[in-house]
Amino acid sequence: MVDHTNTDILRSVQIERVIAETPSIRTIIFEDKYSVASMPGQFLMVWIPEVDELPMSVGIENLGSHKFGAVTVRKYGPGSTALYYKKGGERIGIRGPYGNYFSIPKNLRNALIIGGGTGLVPLVRLFGDLLNYHVNTTLIMGSRTKSEVLFEHKAQKILTDNNHNGNVAFSTDDGTYGDKGSTVDLAESILLSKKFEMLYTCGPELMMKGVQKLGERFSIPVEASLERYMKCAIGICGSCCINDRLVCQDGTIFDSNRLRQLTEFGVSYRDKSGRLSSFIPQP
Amino acid sequence: MNLEIKSEMLNLEVAGMYLRNPIILASGFLGISQAIFERIYDEGAGAVVSKSISRYPMEGYRNPTIVVLENKSYINAVGLSNPGCEAFSEEIKTNDKVPLIVSLVGSDPSDFEIMTRKLDGSGIIGFEINLSCPHVQKLGLEVGDDPQMVKSIVETTKSNTTKPVFVKVGVGSTNILDISQAALNAGADGITAINTIRAMKISIDNFNPILSNKVGGLSGPSIKPIAIRCVYELWKKFKVPIFGCGGVSNWEDAVEFMIAGATSFQVGTAIGFGGMSVFNSISNGIVKYMERKGYQSVKELIGRSHKY
Repeated sequence: MVDHTNTDILRSVQIERVIAETPSIRTIIFEDKYSVASMPGQFLMVWIPEVDELPMSVGIENLGSHKFGAVTVRKYGPGSTALYYKKGGERIGIRGPYGNYFSIPKNLRNALIIGGGTGLVPLVRLFGDLLNYHVNTTLIMGSRTKSEVLFEHKAQKILTDNNHNGNVAFSTDDGTYGDKGSTVDLAESILLSKKFEMLYTCGPELMMKGVQKLGERFSIPVEASLERYMKCAIGICGSCCINDRLVCQDGTIFDSNRLRQLTEFGVSYRDKSGRLSSFIPQP
Repeated sequence: MNLEIKSEMLNLEVAGMYLRNPIILASGFLGISQAIFERIYDEGAGAVVSKSISRYPMEGYRNPTIVVLENKSYINAVGLSNPGCEAFSEEIKTNDKVPLIVSLVGSDPSDFEIMTRKLDGSGIIGFEINLSCPHVQKLGLEVGDDPQMVKSIVETTKSNTTKPVFVKVGVGSTNILDISQAALNAGADGITAINTIRAMKISIDNFNPILSNKVGGLSGPSIKPIAIRCVYELWKKFKVPIFGCGGVSNWEDAVEFMIAGATSFQVGTAIGFGGMSVFNSISNGIVKYMERKGYQSVKELIGRSHKY
């Protein structure tokens, strides 16, 4: 008899529905009680049979009154593209949820969330949780262009459902929606006009590095969700190491104190062979 | 009895390598970065074996590369991903803290000659030749099943280093004792037994083999009884230093390997279930066991089952 309580063991799930979010991003929805019990920032390993297995932030979707597990994928490489084109009724494999999750300190009064692209997947969940905990929260949603703005409808619904103080601000690289420019610039201007006690971020690493620097400058704690090439997700293969930490087990969320010690953060990552590569091309 | 005396009970010398305890990180687990090596040492390991290093970088297989089974065992086909000996020698150049054994993989003696020369001057205590990776063609087990090739690889490696050289053997098509004999005749200082064993996992819902390579290597408690048998036979025949490897999950398993004939033992899969604290918990368990039995040194355990 298979032990269905061991979440490391791959479980096959049937896709219930696929939702088009943007021209390049879709959400894949499936029945899974462990995903429904997950926390914002945790991830699943998603098996696309015959193609790949990828770490993906785990989401929760309501269809009618029933909660489903979900992953939101941008078509990019072979694995994510194959997952993007999956249809309702097809099967994928999942294991997890893995990793730690964003923390909400007791007595937190106001927070600023800075997310870019599919980094918004855990952050929009976190936005809902923070407003539920009566934390005044501003969410910055960054994308390349207007058509790629992700989860705006979710953020708006969270605002409508809550009477508490929530704000959503947008930035796009090309200025077609919200502020033109980076989420970090927008965050800086917001921090200059209002006081915050916590910064949360997920997205491209150099963006998160910018958020860390804002945290240092304004003396505000930061939590960032890091990404590294991953194989096992259970802390044995070492592929996802950043300095002496394993992103799959010690993360994916790291706080300011740890980020300060991670000299590779925003500087370098290990490729599939384990060689250190630089985020910024060397001259 | 204070802690210092207790930890001295675990000190031992293996083929010229002085270890603070017999608990060694097995090759293939966690081992590509100096920062992680230092963390594993701080967590209590007596020594660390790196992932197998090849002459040139290898990306390994596409995911899935690891499947978790129900009985705390894994099947993996990572595909020997590693940064290559050039980048790896750069990685460990500052190592003056961790007793590091470098695992080497290659397809002919010239690979081993180049890698041994490149890495011999680094802060390492020895080499382990991986002749038994079960899932990569032309490397590992395909080489290790050929006694003549084993002989020339070991001779080449030994002639380029004064450090101890262990040979890691597996359960392939050639008898483990014959391959070990060839390695020892060629000058190997000891044997690591055993590597993973060829295995598969197939999804009954999707019908596909799960690993991208389809076939991988089985590790963990599933292979422990086989590993114990191999160590027992090796000790009985050769009485040479042996690193026991295969399914050590707790101190009881560790003691069983040592009394079968292992001089030290390697831990890998158990980290996935117990985290890095497994090193200290095994140490503590062995010390308490030795106190109960009235032993002064862990060396007294080695091969003890052969009296019966």
